[in-house]
Formats: sequence, structure tokens, C-alpha cells
Amino acid sequence: MKRSLGQRIWRWSILLVVTSYLALPIVAMLDFSTKVGRSKRGLYAWKAIFSQPELVGGIVTSLELAAIVIALLLFLVVPTVVWVHLKLPRLRRPLELICLLPLAIPGIVLVVGVSKIYMWLSIHWTESPLTLSAVYAMLILPYTYRSLSAALFAVDVHTLAEAARTLGASTSRTLFQIVIPTIKAGVMSALVISIALVLGEYTISSLLNYKTFQVEINLIGQNDGTIAVAVSLASLIFVLLLLLLMPTAKRHGKALLDVDAE
Amino acid sequence: MSSVAVQLNDIAKSFGPVKALAGLTLEIKEGELVALLGPSGCGKTTALRALAGLQDLDRGQILVGGKDITFQAANHRGMGMVFQAYSLFPHMSAQENVEYGLKLKAHKVSAEDRRKKSSELLELVGLSTHAGHYPHQMSGGQQQRVALARALAIEPKVLLLDEPLSALDAKVRIQLRDEIRRIQLEVGTTTLFVTHDQEEALGIADRVGVMRDGVLQQIAVPQELYDRPTSAFVAEFVGLTNPIRGTVSGSTVSILGSQIATLPGSVTSGEGTALVRPESIRVEADPSGSAKVVTSSFLGSVCRSIVDLADGTRITAQSASSQASVLRAGTSVRVTLDTPAVFVKSL
Repeated sequence: MKRSLGQRIWRWSILLVVTSYLALPIVAMLDFSTKVGRSKRGLYAWKAIFSQPELVGGIVTSLELAAIVIALLLFLVVPTVVWVHLKLPRLRRPLELICLLPLAIPGIVLVVGVSKIYMWLSIHWTESPLTLSAVYAMLILPYTYRSLSAALFAVDVHTLAEAARTLGASTSRTLFQIVIPTIKAGVMSALVISIALVLGEYTISSLLNYKTFQVEINLIGQNDGTIAVAVSLASLIFVLLLLLLMPTAKRHGKALLDVDAE
Repeated sequence: MSSVAVQLNDIAKSFGPVKALAGLTLEIKEGELVALLGPSGCGKTTALRALAGLQDLDRGQILVGGKDITFQAANHRGMGMVFQAYSLFPHMSAQENVEYGLKLKAHKVSAEDRRKKSSELLELVGLSTHAGHYPHQMSGGQQQRVALARALAIEPKVLLLDEPLSALDAKVRIQLRDEIRRIQLEVGTTTLFVTHDQEEALGIADRVGVMRDGVLQQIAVPQELYDRPTSAFVAEFVGLTNPIRGTVSGSTVSILGSQIATLPGSVTSGEGTALVRPESIRVEADPSGSAKVVTSSFLGSVCRSIVDLADGTRITAQSASSQASVLRAGTSVRVTLDTPAVFVKSL
């Protein structure tokens, strides 16, 4: 059925408005980060990113934190959510509530709560910023739980797990070979959200006095705004690329609709 | 078909106040296909899941090949199962699904043997050309066939079919039902088939067990179950029946002017309700007859008529399709019985 001209104009207008709304700040950032002086253009700010040892240190720290958080997500959060979904359905509500708590508690309150623990940690064990991974693993819970839960409800994983069990699969094989690949899209979106959150987190790391990516950007921004904006844009592009690389459910070749007649 | 392959001895399971199984005892012989039939909530699926190891029991014992497996984990039981819901692993192709069980420790074989076996099984279920297809590229019937091949790949001790046809449309259901029977006879696997569809159960099984409230009411070959029910529930649940009042005296009942033998389990004296199959009622056009045809439907191979008897009882009779043109609404008819025995329940 052909759409009328009016309908097409309306649809394209909406698309244009939304795209402009999202793209304008990015274009403005690109414009600002490539400015040298008042009238010249150049890549000075972009080239300077890697000549700032503190910034590189902050990036490495944040990437290490992201890696730890991903590991915690894959080996702790995902199995827990799947296990509760499959075996302990009565705990679904309490788990959801616990997972949503970090969303309801402001960052500053969280910092006040955990600052004593971090003080004790820095005195008695380590001052490594990687200990922030514990707080970050908590911060990602509301988003990761939602995306995992939606993926689990979208497929009858219960039957799939039982089918695998009857074929001889152990619990761990059922989990890692059947259930997790089935909810891969949910796991991947949880991963991307987690990475974005860790790379973008500022409040907690700054208040706890750790030098992470965002803290370093802020510090650089106080001296040279163009470098700070270039780094911010680069991190944004990095997360966007991650989103684009996310595998979809129809990863395996073309989406055939060649259902034969019985 | 000789030795006993499966024994369920007095198995019981309750879910809160609901007794899903209340002491079910069942034996399945080697190579036999037994269907468990019953209304929703009668415990048939719970029994099947208990045999698969997916359901713990409160009481009872399960023996397979003489070995007690009551407390054995599902992944060590070697049961092949086809579920009601489509259960193919969505991230694997048809061939990978069939091969999955053969990669696992319990049934591990070499990659070459695995490929050979999966190809043979896909051929057996008529899907050799779909080996590389993913579940979302297959129809429901095709998915269930692959699920059957996957279950058979591990050479199961018992094949468990949990209403595998109920999600399919009528035509595919009949096709696949016949295919399941063909494959089961070809492979010779002992099979337990759970269904609520009596036509499916009667059409596929060597023996059919009718369940109610967690216990087996009767288990027999399909024809015996249909012709000689041992309880009113079985008579009424399997096939259609007409409740017709009659007087019982010893082992006969007097209904519609005929003396008919009563089946074991019937009431032995006084008034009772005979449960008569529509095809056991003969309806003939007769101007002096006291009964009248209300409606008559031509159903292709047979003609089904609804008839009002002189005492106001409304019955359904089934006759040859050629009678459809004779037995029109309002026609006066004579009604007689043509059955060796009927079940009579108390009023």
C-alpha cells in the first residue's frame, strides 16, 4: 500500500527533528574541538589526547573498571538473574526491588554510604581505583536487570533449559550453552549499558577522589576545554560503535521466510 | 514387546492442596507406545515429567529397565523428550539441535558419527533439506519434527512426548501423528505419549491409559477402551455417549425395548443410565415410529442425527452417510440398538 505524500512528509519531518536534536550537540562538539584560536581549524585537541599522561591513565583505569564490571555482570549478575527466573520465581520481585534500588538512591547518598568502606579499604588494603568496580557493579544493576529480565520473558527459556537437561546437559552447560546464548541480545545490551555507565560515571569517582576518565576530562577541561570536548566526543563515538556492533537475534545470515508448506 | 521397560509404582505428587498424582501405577512394555489421556489437571503431564526427572515426587518409585531411577537427575536418565511448546535451541540450526545431545558427556560420539547420525535422523523425519535452517526459519510442524529427531538422537531409553501436536493446526497434527507412529515403530523406542485429545491417543497408541484426579482409571488397547469401558468416567470421556434411562436386572439392561448385556462395573439392579455410543443406535425411517428426527448432518463418511424419543429424551445417532437424505428433520423414525454390551451408571 502506497503512503500518501502528506504521510511521507510528516514521517520525514519527525525523523529530521529527532536526528537534528541528537546530532546538533555532537556537531557542536566536533566544531568546538577542531577550533584553533578564533578562526583557524585543526586537529590539535584530538592529537593532544594521547599526549596527556593523566588522561591516558584515566582512560586505562576506566577501561579496566569496565572490564571488571563486565566480568561481574557475566559471571555474577547474569547467572543470578537467570537462576532466579528459572528456579526461584518467588524471588523475582525481591530481586527486582533490590536491583532497582540504586536508581532510587542519589549518587551523593551512595557516596556517603560507601565512603567509610572506601576509607577503610584505602588504609588497610589498597588505594587502587579498581575497587570502584564494586560500586559500579551496583550502579549498573537497574539497567542490566531490566534488559536481562525482558530477554528472559521474551523466550520460553524454562522449556529450553528442560530440553537441554533431558538431552544430558549439566546445569552449567545448560546455563552457558543454551540459556545465555538464547538471551544474548539482552546480555549484549546490558554489557553496552554497563560500559557506557562506567565510562561516563563522574560523581562517585570524583567524590571518592579516584582519577577516572570523566574526572580527568573535568580536570583537563579546567585548563583546555577543546581537549576535554574532543575526549568526550571520542568516548561517545566509542559507545556508539559498541551499540552498532551489538549482535542481533538474526545474526545467522539472512532472515529467511521460506517456511515450507507442510 | 515383552519385558517391562518402565514401571511407575504408586507415585504421588501434590502442589499445595492439589493432588496432581495420587498413587499412579503404570507399566510400559519394551517398544510399546502408551498414551496417557485425561482432562486438564488429571496429572498426566506431571507423571511424564516425573519420569523425565523434571519433577520430584512425594512418594513412589520409578524403574526403567529394572533400575530404580527415582532420585536420578534428569540429565543422567537418558530420556528423549518432545515438549508441547517449541523447544528448539534458537541459536542452533536444525542439524546442530539434533547433534547437541551427542556432544554431551552422557552420549558423546565422534564428530563424524554425530554428523552421520543427525543426517540420518533428519532424513527419517523428512527434513534432510532443512539441516542448515534455524528454528525461526521453520514452521511449527517442522520444528516439532526436528525436536523428535533431537530426542531420538541420544537413543533414549524412553521417548517422552508431552502433547507435541497440540500447538499445530489440524491437518499438520494428523500428518505428524501418523509420522510419529511410523518413526516409533521403525525405531522401536518405548514411548509415553501424553495428550488430552482422545482421537490422537486412540489413533497412535498400543495402549491408552485414561487418568483422572492423579490416578489411572483404565488402561487398555484402544478398541477395548472404547467398547468396554470399566467406569462411567472412561465411557463418557472417550468418545460420545447418549445417556438413556433403563432398568437393570442382573447382567442385562432393558433400554429402548431391547435387552442388552451390561459391562463389568455397571450397576447391577434397579434404574440406571445406560451410556450408548451414537454408532450403536440404529435409526430407520418409519411412519409409525414414535421418535422424531430433530436435525440431521451429513459429515462426509457418516450422517449424524439428533432424535427425540417418545419420552422426550434427546439422543444422537450415527448412521451411514447415505441415510442423510432420508433422515430429514421431522421424519418419524424407529430407534433400535445394535451393541453387544453397554455400561450402565447409577442415576
